[in-house]
Amino acid sequence: MRLLWICKKSTVKPSALTYYAALPSVCKAMNTQELWQKTSHVVRFAGDSGDGIQLQGAQFTQASALTGHDLATFPDFPAEIRAPAGTRFGVSAFQIQFGGDRITTPGDAPDVLVAFNPAALIVNLSQLTPGALVIVDESAFNEQRLKRAELASNPLSDGTLSDFQVCAIDIAALTLESVKPFGLGAKDSGRCKNFWALGLILWMFDQPREPTAQWIRRRFSREPSLVDANLAALNAGHAYGETAELGAVLAQHPIPSAPLESVEYRTITGAEALALGLVAAGELADIEMMFCSYPITPASSLLHQLTGLEDAGVTTFQAEDEIAAVCSAIGASYAGKLGLTSSSGPGVALKTEALGLAVAAELPLVLVNSQRAGPSTGMPTKTEQSDLYQAVYGRNADTPIPVVASRSPGDCFDTAIEAVRIALQHMTPVIMLTDGYIANASELWPLPDIDQYASISTTRPDPLMDKDTKVFARDPATEARLWATPGDPNHIYRVGGIEKDYNTGNISYDAANHQRMTDMRSRKLANVAKFIPKQRIEQGSAHGLAVVAWGSTYGAVFQAVKEMLREGFDVGQIHLRHLNPLPSNLGALLSRFNQVLVPELNAGQLATVLRDRLVLPVIQHNQVNGQPFAVADLKAVIRAHATRSMKETSHG
Amino acid sequence: MAEALILEPKDYATDQEVRWCPGCGDYSILKAVHRALADTGADPANTVFVSGIGCSSRLPYYVETYGFHTIHGRAPAIATGVKLANPQLDVWVITGDGDGLSIGGNHLLHALRRNVNLNILLFNNEIYGLTKGQYSPTSRPGTRSPTSPGGSFDTPVIPGVFAIGAGATFIARAVDIDQKGLPQILAAGHAHEGTAFIEILQNCIVYNEDVWESVSSKKTAADSQVVCVHGQPLLYGKDLKKGLRLNTKSLTLEAVTIGEDGVTKDQILVHDETSTAMAHLLLGMRAPLPMAMGIIHRRPGEAFDSIYRKRKPEGRRQRVKALLRSSNVLDRRPAANS
Repeated sequence: MRLLWICKKSTVKPSALTYYAALPSVCKAMNTQELWQKTSHVVRFAGDSGDGIQLQGAQFTQASALTGHDLATFPDFPAEIRAPAGTRFGVSAFQIQFGGDRITTPGDAPDVLVAFNPAALIVNLSQLTPGALVIVDESAFNEQRLKRAELASNPLSDGTLSDFQVCAIDIAALTLESVKPFGLGAKDSGRCKNFWALGLILWMFDQPREPTAQWIRRRFSREPSLVDANLAALNAGHAYGETAELGAVLAQHPIPSAPLESVEYRTITGAEALALGLVAAGELADIEMMFCSYPITPASSLLHQLTGLEDAGVTTFQAEDEIAAVCSAIGASYAGKLGLTSSSGPGVALKTEALGLAVAAELPLVLVNSQRAGPSTGMPTKTEQSDLYQAVYGRNADTPIPVVASRSPGDCFDTAIEAVRIALQHMTPVIMLTDGYIANASELWPLPDIDQYASISTTRPDPLMDKDTKVFARDPATEARLWATPGDPNHIYRVGGIEKDYNTGNISYDAANHQRMTDMRSRKLANVAKFIPKQRIEQGSAHGLAVVAWGSTYGAVFQAVKEMLREGFDVGQIHLRHLNPLPSNLGALLSRFNQVLVPELNAGQLATVLRDRLVLPVIQHNQVNGQPFAVADLKAVIRAHATRSMKETSHG
Repeated sequence: MAEALILEPKDYATDQEVRWCPGCGDYSILKAVHRALADTGADPANTVFVSGIGCSSRLPYYVETYGFHTIHGRAPAIATGVKLANPQLDVWVITGDGDGLSIGGNHLLHALRRNVNLNILLFNNEIYGLTKGQYSPTSRPGTRSPTSPGGSFDTPVIPGVFAIGAGATFIARAVDIDQKGLPQILAAGHAHEGTAFIEILQNCIVYNEDVWESVSSKKTAADSQVVCVHGQPLLYGKDLKKGLRLNTKSLTLEAVTIGEDGVTKDQILVHDETSTAMAHLLLGMRAPLPMAMGIIHRRPGEAFDSIYRKRKPEGRRQRVKALLRSSNVLDRRPAANS
């Protein structure tokens, strides 16, 4: 990479006296026309876990959305709440890809890195786009902080950054200067620097400050001096970009807005969409719900989201442990509200016995698993898709449970509705898989019109029509029993985990009855397949190489297949929402392809399920490094297995 | 409102054959439950019995109300869900010393501290019955069992002391065969706002026969039980000459006899069911002190489920629509652009 231009403090003409002292001491540009001509960009904010990085990212996301950019974000933070400042393991980051294309991933390689300290710079360096712009808070590159980051020399001057454009600004001093009039202490003043940097980046991409300003006013409404200070920092960062005249390195790069459809949009995280989907499903089914949960990373955000929504039909209960959470949800379902519970893998393991009870008692229940890297405690803030075995196979006895998985933050809405629909219509617990990445990531989401959604049927007894219907009389299509609940004088019944008589629900140790019940439970699961949509091909061809995936890898797989199709490869994308049972046409669909490639963030779990259920040879591609797939990596894998479609079509 | 039901105890029996061992104390408890339900005019449609696992936990199958026989130790958690989902229901929990204090100790603790409006009946026979006689967390040291052939050596938990430590607002103790006192205590528990914790001393005729003999036998009951009545002196013995006195130096209770060693009746402690300190002392008594029976502790407290008594949400679809828009909205509709 050629190094074009170095500007020292003394060589830059100050545009305004106030900025003189604060001009970058290192400012290095290079030929970056290609970089800035892209229609979408990847920006990564990184700092200590107490620096307000996630907030900065969330605010930039809002501004980007309101500018009309499509976007996808990736918050990437450590498990420690306030990890020791300046350490490599304590770096918290937020990455966003935004722009004028359809965006389905947060991007493989950042074009811009904003780093608040040496550790934040050094841990992110290897992922950057060649020639990327690196903005650092110069004040943090002192001897002590360099040592904290385990650096022997200063990367700003030792050549480490020779492949990048560098803009080292004394952000701390400039922030302090901008908030001086408001009389804050040193600690509070220092905390405003995330808004200063945000102001600068908003200027850079010509995005509005107003949503952030509104947020600041709301957030600090009780502390006017903090409102003033944070606004001043935000505006100062913005003004710095406008006036510092660092044209060659720090220029404005407006990006065209995305070709969006003519509807309304908002940004949404997976946890938000999941909460809204559950609430909407309750309304569509005309039932009330009770969400019972126990805090666990990364699932807790769902409990936060659903708390306080009584007027939307959900009550919440923070139980004493994972087992009590699922059990109280089962109790709620027995009593007539749909029980919902949520956790992550280790917590789901604790809930497993109770899931068996819900299956035996034939009660509706939705369990959301926000998967994380394991086994055991694993890496709670890092993503993985390794609980598919647990969901599909992980129970004692023959205990079938339907499993669905969401593909993206916004998709959590429809997947949650689907999970509730299956639970109520089929009188069964349902496991919905999402993951830490989806839960915290956000995307631009077309607002759904819930009036257009089909209502969800339940098996609640009609007070008049079903007065004499037996509780265990079964719907012929689903084998679902009546959802009779206490308070109803016509259907008083007892039920439990002991095997029950097929007809009466009373305890039965009869051999033939147990066979009949086990068969019935298997059929009940199989019946779900009759009520789910046929699997379709997401994009690409219906022969050649099928890329079959599930869950949060959707975005990366979509982008990789899209680019490989553009390059002329014969490849088709199939993304599964229903994992148990599989869509009834999946076997026939896949049999038309030459090869099936299954990329997963685990050691090969969907691959096993497909081999098991469809008796199908599949090629695995597995990654378990706690990170989402990079599009480039997936493309390389596809390239290794796919053929050019020209050859194929000429034969066909 | 539906008219008050007038049902007989037998109307609360189900068509299921009761399958406890002949002579099991559970039979008399079941009878007292049927009696208490009749006495309180319980509406079968609005009554739910939730149980865990163990001999005691079969009881819901024998009560003509809603019933849920669940999994080991989890009945208080499931019952909490039932009650929070529909606070109008009368919810009873049936558990045992193993189910409630061993595998399910955590849930019992939290139900008690939250003060969920449940009636928890803990059948204490100091043994694991259904798994064939292993020692339980309430077994007295030295209990010989298949898993403790040389005698158990762990310190037992005293259910009532556990309950008062957990913050229970109603604690009572009764003997299984007491067909007069037990239904009354069950009814009092039912009337209590909050968790009613009722320990029932139950006789396992197969694996721990007569473990409560000294307390329940007519011959010895008078000297081994002190029946706690709020506002009354804590007297016991055949002619009520024995009593409990507070040793103010050691803050312990001591058994005294009126007329001996200068003991007068006014030195006898008067039962105050609202005092948690007194409950601690009474519940912890072990031989040679008498066992405290009856309603040992009762104090007012807000039931946890009261905050769940909300009316059905109205205008919900509009609320859901508003929630969908609870963030900045980018409007790309044609009308908005013109």
